[in-house]
Amino acid sequence: MSIQQTTIQALGELFSDQASAENGAEKEAETGGEVDKSDQPRQNGIIEQDYRTKGFHLDVKISADQLVRASQILFELGYFLESITGVDWIKEEQLETDYDFSRYDFDLCRVVIRVRTPRTDPHLPTITTVYTGANWHEREAHDFFGIIFDGHPHLIPLLLPEDADFHPLLKDFKA
Amino acid sequence: MSQPIELQKDETFVLNVGPQHPATHGVLRVKMTMDGEYIYKAETVLGYIHRMHEKMAENRTYPQYMPNMGRLDYLSAMAFNHGYALVVERACGIEVPERAEYIRVITVELNRISSHLVWLGAYVLDLGGFTPLMYCFDDREQILDLLESVTGSRLTYCYFRFGGLYNDIDDEFITGTRAFIIRMRKELKMYAKLVTGNIILMKRLQGHGIIDKDMCQRYGATGPVARGSGLNYDVRKNEPYSVYPELDFDIPVNDGCDSYARYLVRMEEMEQSLRIIEQALDKLPEGPVNPEKKPKLIKPPSGDYYAAVETARGNFGIRLVSDGGKNAYRLKLRSPTYSNMHLFDEACRGMLLADALAFMGSLDLVIPEMDR
Repeated sequence: MSIQQTTIQALGELFSDQASAENGAEKEAETGGEVDKSDQPRQNGIIEQDYRTKGFHLDVKISADQLVRASQILFELGYFLESITGVDWIKEEQLETDYDFSRYDFDLCRVVIRVRTPRTDPHLPTITTVYTGANWHEREAHDFFGIIFDGHPHLIPLLLPEDADFHPLLKDFKA
Repeated sequence: MSQPIELQKDETFVLNVGPQHPATHGVLRVKMTMDGEYIYKAETVLGYIHRMHEKMAENRTYPQYMPNMGRLDYLSAMAFNHGYALVVERACGIEVPERAEYIRVITVELNRISSHLVWLGAYVLDLGGFTPLMYCFDDREQILDLLESVTGSRLTYCYFRFGGLYNDIDDEFITGTRAFIIRMRKELKMYAKLVTGNIILMKRLQGHGIIDKDMCQRYGATGPVARGSGLNYDVRKNEPYSVYPELDFDIPVNDGCDSYARYLVRMEEMEQSLRIIEQALDKLPEGPVNPEKKPKLIKPPSGDYYAAVETARGNFGIRLVSDGGKNAYRLKLRSPTYSNMHLFDEACRGMLLADALAFMGSLDLVIPEMDR
């Protein structure tokens, strides 16, 4: 079994309580052609992407409370954390946080985990308990987007000045 | 080295290293809590040269952002050019002519050698040996002259274009590069005699700065840091891009996990880069260096894209989120030393201050790339 299948199976435990039929239907629709552009927000689930055009294999959307478990699963499968970053979807009043994972061995599989939080109150659990290196990445996401990582040991500005109270990568930021 | 003494938290004092310290090679500050000469903990303070490159990407068009790539990692700018070109080409589906791919590989590998030469000279200088710096900068000067003749700049290259290159290489460059390969092979033998086997160097590096595989995975360390810990990880092999699969080269891996292992990995990498350049010159096809068909306006379809390349310091990744406009909606730069430096705190605890600085040099830090 390829690592991609193993990862899908392992991450499947997060979505076991959801209607699997709904998941399957979504996967079919999205891999068939263009990414769904309708106003419907994307359901939680796994989408297999075309690596040649996208640059990553698995596109996983989960909710905030599943985040620590998901990173544990990936850690046990031998993934390392590449980066954590935010995207400000100001029209939808949401902040998306993307976690990029990759592997050290020759089974190439890149995984992106996306979590969406409301823009006004962005709270996520920290994954520094699993990946120690998430510390700086989370501090950076806090600097740039104001995302608050609950349980983070040292959530102070890293790249911005120590008294910074602004978040420059938010789309409504004015210098 | 295991902790030589039981460190006492209540008898510590804070020692400030940087932001203007010669051993940090840039504006990096480390707040070290010391117990005598031993490090209790080290808190890194970043951001002294933070320029918010990611916000700049949202304010300018895709071609306008290319010069920024030369300002991130000033020693390995060509690889950063490559990473950005790759992600936009992937997003827009632009084909790159074969000749351009080979020239890209040649210039990136030349740049990798020049970057390692600066590291070698400066690192040995940190450890108290002045002479190798002079030899290294002499060799590096040859590379800079070669690259200047095709790119027009000596350091902050903006050579790649989406789908191709700014300039084709000429015969002068090819003969010059071939002459450089012969010269550099001799020089590498000289470095092995002058530096690698030096007993002072070995005593200062061997057994210090231990980074194991588990630590690499927890922090996401890549590049020579990961390879010095026995991880066979190089983006050029693990996630092949450009024409690297058609070239025959090895990825040096060392199980030593210490500063000396990382030193040996980089020295071997220079030889492998010479092999790559030699083969690429032999295989260099004729043809154009820019695609015939290329969109006038670069507008990637909405969605997100990822591309990673191997720079001299490790895995450089770009995540591009496009909303279909002529500017990027969000562009994230994942720089290698950011993760590599993060493990410094954990790895240096219990070390002597002098050893910790020797360890920091083995991580090969470039601060502008870390702070972005």
